[in-house]
Amino acid sequence: MTTRYTKDHEYIRVEGDAGIVGISDYAQGQLGDVVFVELPSVGKTLSKGDEAAVVESVKAASEVYAPVSGEVVEVNSELEASPGTVNEDPAGRGWFMKIRLTNESELDGLMTEEQYGEFVKSIS
Amino acid sequence: MAEPAHSDEPLLKTPLHAEHVALGARMVPFAGYDMPVQYPTGILTEHNWTREHAGLFDVSHMGQAFLVAEDKSHETVARALEALIPADVLNLKPNQQRYSQLLADDGGILDDLMVTRVGAPGHEGWLYLVVNASMKEQDYAHIQARLPKGVSLNRKDNLGLMALQGPSAETVLAKLSPEAAALSFMMSVDVQIDGIWCHVSRSGYTGEDGFEISCQAEDAAKLWSKLLSDPEVKAIGLGARDSLRLEAGLCLYGHDIDTTTSPIEAGLIWSIQKRRREEGGFPGAERVQREIKDGASRVRVGIKPEGRAPAREGSAITTPDGREVGIVTSGGFGPTVNGPVAMGYVAKDMSAVGTDLHLIVRGKPLPAKVAAMPFAPHRYKR
Repeated sequence: MTTRYTKDHEYIRVEGDAGIVGISDYAQGQLGDVVFVELPSVGKTLSKGDEAAVVESVKAASEVYAPVSGEVVEVNSELEASPGTVNEDPAGRGWFMKIRLTNESELDGLMTEEQYGEFVKSIS
Repeated sequence: MAEPAHSDEPLLKTPLHAEHVALGARMVPFAGYDMPVQYPTGILTEHNWTREHAGLFDVSHMGQAFLVAEDKSHETVARALEALIPADVLNLKPNQQRYSQLLADDGGILDDLMVTRVGAPGHEGWLYLVVNASMKEQDYAHIQARLPKGVSLNRKDNLGLMALQGPSAETVLAKLSPEAAALSFMMSVDVQIDGIWCHVSRSGYTGEDGFEISCQAEDAAKLWSKLLSDPEVKAIGLGARDSLRLEAGLCLYGHDIDTTTSPIEAGLIWSIQKRRREEGGFPGAERVQREIKDGASRVRVGIKPEGRAPAREGSAITTPDGREVGIVTSGGFGPTVNGPVAMGYVAKDMSAVGTDLHLIVRGKPLPAKVAAMPFAPHRYKR
């Protein structure tokens, strides 16, 4: 199991040929209280960098981009009723979607946990 | 996720800046000031706290000024301001406050403001104005250029301003100044709180009962701390200020009202007293009087999206069959309503409460209905 991060603060936790996508703890903190999440439909094909979901705080809407290319195979529909889960447990119950990767080498361009930690330090 | 844009312009600080930083606020640029958008507990908690207890807001960035008649006559200063705004200033009682708008010659709104007839002894012929932070330079220039001889504008950049809002505001303030706590809505008084000179009015921008308190900048931090020391009071940032005023159906200048909207379109006819409606004599009076008589072609309405998705400012408003009829001017999540709320302008024939609309959000139509405002009931002490 590997977790990789984008500079836009998405994470992808890869197990086998699929990865769980969400936003980082830093991102949820920056957003503030999440009040609505719009998820893609299952079966949707995404290219790396595509708008995959929308997360709305009281203040504003932000896009969540696909960290890798692939097909959406599952979404966390619990976020519809409890969007605040994104704040409470971003790395766990607050996940957004599961993507089946079409090009695993795209992961090499993403940051490791350690690199992401350094990146967050550099911008905060 | 997209990062917010940053500006490199030097930001001004209110006299309470250090207090916000000490409280761990997230500071953001707003109207040229470095302001707290939220404190560590977050906007939802701050919003709900204000509705249930009392919230303390730093609004020192707003413009405070006096209009002063040399001849010490209320009539002189009132007539001077009535040439610029549609409110009845002449019949203000001492210490009474009114909401109004600076109007352009075409009836568009240059800014909205609060006007108070100063009641302190020795201040006959004085009006106290509070204008929006983002507009104060333009407003002062506009007013200055149009004042008759014998009336002058004194901007007071050495004052702080804070708002204490919520159902506990009265009991909190009563411990410090029973006289101020006894005010009725839109009345004001000068008092001492803990040895600090304060001008207190019973007003606000949340829909809740509450007070706005002006004091000398150098006293602001002491007064802020005194108010915050009450367990019923928490500091509230601009984020919750916006969600509170949106639920209360109150206009935000530059969003819900601007130079393209008239007070009648904006539903602010209540702020134009009968004498002024009849007599006119303010900029844009012809348009305002015509719109009062014939109705405006578009009007500001409350809008309740039917799903959970908020529709933000700028979202197009259409009929259910896709004809564009207006635009959302403020929209977001209403914590008290526990759902999305919005306001915007629609064609007059689409403005009745209950009318079905679509809001175009990220290219998709969201069903919504015209809704009565306020979304959260006003709880003013009249």
